[in-house]
Amino acid sequence: MSVTSDDIDKLAVLSRLRFEQDEHADFTAKLGSIVEFVAQLQSIDTDDVSPMAHPLDQAQRLRVDVADANIDRERLQATTNHAEEGLYLVPRVIE
Amino acid sequence: MTALHDLTLTEMRAGLVSGEYTSRDLVTTSLDRIAGMDGALNSFVTVQADAALEAADAADRKIADGSAGPLTGLPIAHKDIFCTEGVRTTCGSRMLENFVPPYSATAVCQLADAGAVLIGKTNMDEFAMGSSNETSYFGDVHNPWRHSLSPGGSSGGSAAAVAARLVGAATGTDTGGSIRQPAALTGLTGLKPTYGRISRYGMIAFASSLDQAGTLTRSAEDAALMLGVMSGFDPADSTSVDRSVDDYQSALDHPISGLRIGVVEEFMGEGLDDANRECVERALQALAEQGAQIKRISLRNIGLSVPTYYVVAPAECSSNLSRFDGIRFGHRVADPVDLQDLYTRSRAEGFGAEVKRRIMTGTYVLSAGYYDAYYLKAQKVRRLISADFQQAFAEVDLIAGPTTPTPAFALGEKTDDPITMYLNDIYTIGANLAGLPAMSVPCGLVDGLPVGLQLIAPPFEEARMLHCAHQYQQVSDWHRLCPEGYA
Repeated sequence: MSVTSDDIDKLAVLSRLRFEQDEHADFTAKLGSIVEFVAQLQSIDTDDVSPMAHPLDQAQRLRVDVADANIDRERLQATTNHAEEGLYLVPRVIE
Repeated sequence: MTALHDLTLTEMRAGLVSGEYTSRDLVTTSLDRIAGMDGALNSFVTVQADAALEAADAADRKIADGSAGPLTGLPIAHKDIFCTEGVRTTCGSRMLENFVPPYSATAVCQLADAGAVLIGKTNMDEFAMGSSNETSYFGDVHNPWRHSLSPGGSSGGSAAAVAARLVGAATGTDTGGSIRQPAALTGLTGLKPTYGRISRYGMIAFASSLDQAGTLTRSAEDAALMLGVMSGFDPADSTSVDRSVDDYQSALDHPISGLRIGVVEEFMGEGLDDANRECVERALQALAEQGAQIKRISLRNIGLSVPTYYVVAPAECSSNLSRFDGIRFGHRVADPVDLQDLYTRSRAEGFGAEVKRRIMTGTYVLSAGYYDAYYLKAQKVRRLISADFQQAFAEVDLIAGPTTPTPAFALGEKTDDPITMYLNDIYTIGANLAGLPAMSVPCGLVDGLPVGLQLIAPPFEEARMLHCAHQYQQVSDWHRLCPEGYA
């Protein structure tokens, strides 16, 4: 199954990415070759096989649901220049 | 006397304890070599000279007062994927070019607590996505064995730095071979433990069901030393395994007679460079002479490991990398017109081509209508691959084969075709899909370039694998070879 230019546009929206016009053809071709390559899996008989979600088949360990504030907000928000009074600044989303 | 830079961690440690030299001597040697030699290699993204010298002096005081830990005073580097509090952590990406983490990875803390001196952070493929160190935003890393060649990837900076004797050892991460492949291509001992053995907390995620931290060292003995420090349960990582840590060092010295080693038929056939095969066969012969029983085994579905990986890994990558939205950390575009524009352009500018390709592939295989055909199918094939390993381990104690199909390849040689690049990891990916510990050990030279013998063990049998590697290194000196110009 080949990947079309329209597929790239749709996937780019889902992935929150953008491709310039001159990148488009190259991305379409390379993604197409990857999809074609992985499509070989479809000929394998896996009728009675259960999917493997964890490499050692272990269940996700859960912790007790207690707040653990080991990093303070000020330190955490020091990783951006776009925080003020404990809040992150973004373009207006509500008119 | 061996020059300071040519000492292994184990040897450095002995000399520090006996007072032959100080940690300041070792760290100064390391910093001088980086200043003089790393221009040609580009193995470091960040060097922290002042902090390293301060840490060396503190280490020397600890050694003097008898309170030294297992790694006190030894110069090491971290792959720039491990968060280091207060020290820039880029993950090889423009996205994190100016990211200074507010906390350190558990593995970083463990090594620091054991006394290791952090010299700096090493270059890598962007977000660990690559097998040649050419996807880094900070430029290609060059192989110290021949500068026109790739050191492998994604832990290529760590491999080049250790192989060139700029530091005693380095950390790496291995999602599909990113420790073992560069170790093989630069003549190092590279180890990836069982999934869950080393905490992934603070290690920037690529594919969470495959990622494992590990070591790039100059001997199996050094790997045992470092692994012992880095292993153990961490409540901060929900996939960390709560299980006691073996004493890796005490297991090294026993003879290997009776050890059953299975050589993977599928790894030794077509696709493997003839000279590379000869090196692996000779290494197996040497192990047989030490008393190991070598037998041929088959991993029937192993040929499917690369396509399986290139569904599972991109799927997890597309999910993990959605956190880079330009808001809380990382690159933010100037003057966004609205929130969508902020997300989209920050990501389009912050990520390189290979990372975008993997995010797009992952989005594709997870999208409506394709999930069952690709993602679910791959997770089922993954079980078949894993079951083959389990079956093999009913008959053998370790699995062996080559680490890579060829020695180091030229920079630029495989960048135009992603599939050719992906196939470089054909022998290494299986261990990640099955969560198994695996390592690469230098086993010869092909046209003057190092190649590796890969050993794979059952879950949590790192000690067995290290033991075999160490015994091989008692009868071989490939791991002792130094690239010309770096002796």
